[in-house]
Amino acid sequence: MSREILLGDEAVGLGAIHSGMSGVYAYPGTPSTEIFEFVERATKKAGNVHAFWSTNEKVAYEEALGMSWAGKRALVCMKHVGLNVAADAFMNSAVTGTNGGLVLAVADDPGMHSSQNEQDSRYFAQFALIPCFEPRNQQECYDMMFEAFDMSEELALPVMIRLVTRIAHSRAGVRTRPAREQNPLNPSRDIKKWTLLPSNARVQYKHLTEKQPILLQRSEESPHNELVLAGKKGIITCGLAENYLRENISESDYSILSIRQYPVPAGKIRDLVGHVDELLILEDGYPLVESMIRGLFGLAGVKVQGRMTGEVPRTGELDPDIVRAALGLAPLPAAHAPAADLANRPPALCKGCPHTDSFRALNEALSTFDNPQVFSDIGCYTLAALPPLEAIHSCVAMGASIGMAAGAAHAGYTPAVAAIGDSTFSHGGITPLLSAVQQGVNLNVLVLDNDTVGMTGTQRSMSTGETLDQIILGAGIAGEHLRVITPTPRNHETNVEIFREELAYDGPSVIIARRTCLEAIKRA
Amino acid sequence: MEKNIILAGVGGQGILSIAFVIDNAALDAGFEFKQAEVHGMAQRGGAVQSNLRYADHEIHSDLIPKGAADMVLSVEPLEVMRYWHFLRPDGWVVSSVTPYINIPDYPETDLVLDQLATFPNCILVDGGLIAKAAGNLRAQNMVAVGAASSRLDFTEDQLLKYVEALFKPKGEKIVEVNQRAFRYGRAAGLFFRGLVDAGMTIPSALRLSQKIAPETYDPALAADWFAGVGRDERRLESVLAADETITCDRIPARA
Ligand code: SF4
Repeated sequence: MSREILLGDEAVGLGAIHSGMSGVYAYPGTPSTEIFEFVERATKKAGNVHAFWSTNEKVAYEEALGMSWAGKRALVCMKHVGLNVAADAFMNSAVTGTNGGLVLAVADDPGMHSSQNEQDSRYFAQFALIPCFEPRNQQECYDMMFEAFDMSEELALPVMIRLVTRIAHSRAGVRTRPAREQNPLNPSRDIKKWTLLPSNARVQYKHLTEKQPILLQRSEESPHNELVLAGKKGIITCGLAENYLRENISESDYSILSIRQYPVPAGKIRDLVGHVDELLILEDGYPLVESMIRGLFGLAGVKVQGRMTGEVPRTGELDPDIVRAALGLAPLPAAHAPAADLANRPPALCKGCPHTDSFRALNEALSTFDNPQVFSDIGCYTLAALPPLEAIHSCVAMGASIGMAAGAAHAGYTPAVAAIGDSTFSHGGITPLLSAVQQGVNLNVLVLDNDTVGMTGTQRSMSTGETLDQIILGAGIAGEHLRVITPTPRNHETNVEIFREELAYDGPSVIIARRTCLEAIKRA
Repeated sequence: MEKNIILAGVGGQGILSIAFVIDNAALDAGFEFKQAEVHGMAQRGGAVQSNLRYADHEIHSDLIPKGAADMVLSVEPLEVMRYWHFLRPDGWVVSSVTPYINIPDYPETDLVLDQLATFPNCILVDGGLIAKAAGNLRAQNMVAVGAASSRLDFTEDQLLKYVEALFKPKGEKIVEVNQRAFRYGRAAGLFFRGLVDAGMTIPSALRLSQKIAPETYDPALAADWFAGVGRDERRLESVLAADETITCDRIPARA
């Protein structure tokens, strides 16, 4: 049978299309972006799947939940930290339950290749009391979508697919199956279920807890949770950790439990633990299974090893070499020792990027202040933290630049400056700006409007150009303190002057630096 | 059969295009393959790599273990050094020698090349020179994959088919340029290896190949070139002293 070359992300997207999905919802974020992009590309011609970027992950989740309410299947995708943003809707959707199938694909980033932390979304699935699949390869990314949608409709619960960077951004040949029809429009009439007044919510939450034994039974019986009992040494692998194990051992006497479906199959774990003297636990992410097994008091009679005991490093991404060391195997001989002191090649802003001109002007305008700090945000412009610009001094969460600058201003710090991109502004910057305006805070917000989401590959931005101006004025910024500059080397002096004027103003002001991202121009 | 290749270069040099060509050829040949790549922040002009594995049996890990790589295939010489500890003891270095200097502390290029020349199993080609001769400096990635192609498990046509598929949306001319870059790269690699296998030192073989017009590389002539220039530094220097590039058929008379 023919195979298609797909990234793990793309396999999730194609699996969803073939499962009869009617809508895909997302905000761009590495390593999840390509799920949405694939669906958008693949369904463009047919036009039978709603695919339009959302302003942020919470909006995406709510839109997906609405489509589920209407009886159709929806996929919502985000990176791990995006789920923090969507958490309100996500947690409560487990309580309301679903109508049409609702699958949440979350791509975690162990090792923080492109992220601010390496939180493990399996905890979120556990927290919300919903099932979670963890594919170990691209084929499973595809196949598990069918199961996830079916399970979501059968149990009326959202279902999570947890990816990690190495699956999301790795390609392999995937065998596909015939597509299933989409669901007809079939809105839920069960008003109480969707209206989480305390009296209804209590009933719904009880339903959710009553479903737990069923979820557990599914996990115990699942072919994705494979237990092979052999010798007295045991290994538990989660998701793709199994690949790293198999890479290092072919025939072995280990007793092995591979976990790819949650809640954790407690019975199978008990069988394994009862059989072995030693247990090594391999999971890419936090030590979730390990800490459950270890509990507060440890496990009598069985030596448990893993991230919490140091056989596997506590932080960072797993790889075959780490697993090899944890198995006590000597490293393979290599042709050369690692090069010492090799010159680094860090990522940098593109040559001629508008952000460079914006920050050069800002730096100069701020040079008269003593040790000025610029609160910033998440995007290409975060690279302005590095030399030669060294223009920004914080990057915490989407939209945090404005809130943090406001807090610093409350404390008496001046000048309180925030720098944020146009898309990040629509994602999480509007509400803190509104708050700052209402409080009359003395802060300066630089909105870097490059007309796109640059960092993740030039996706559509929700608030750029005219729309952005309208939003800022609508939030209450006075017309004379909304300044628009064009960041080019030629305009440098003028731009420095405008920054100086607004820094001198005692009140909230916004400067928009407007010039299109070079990559976006190239791709247009 | 199992081949583990680390593709290396700098963001923007087209590492993923190389991966596309080999992935598709591997799928076409009925192999299993996995290919892990880097997206997002790391792509912006930073060091970029991709782990590409294909085999006639199941492949487990998306990542290549240290000491298991059969080849580091790099579009840039310094980037080889970032991954050479992944190579198995008899592994191959296939690299362009054209440096991409976008950092202030880039080492002396000659020192980098000396390091690469310590690998007996190496194929070094001048990607910049050859891509220019093929018609576009941006085609250095296709030169590199061409240079490596004789050590992969596909015919030249199996690979060229996907060079075409990759560039087709950009028009016939771009396809031609890139296929030409691939062919020149392949001939350059074979010619270079021909010199080395005949007995020429790696630095001499590189310098001599850089003197020859890329469109004229003929691997079949490598042994004659060695016979003509041999290990004699002075004879080599007199060839290199010519003002113009020389065609591959202008072999000096045997000593
Ligand atoms: S992608 Fe666009 S925004 Fe990002 S660095 Fe390049 S030009 Fe600047």
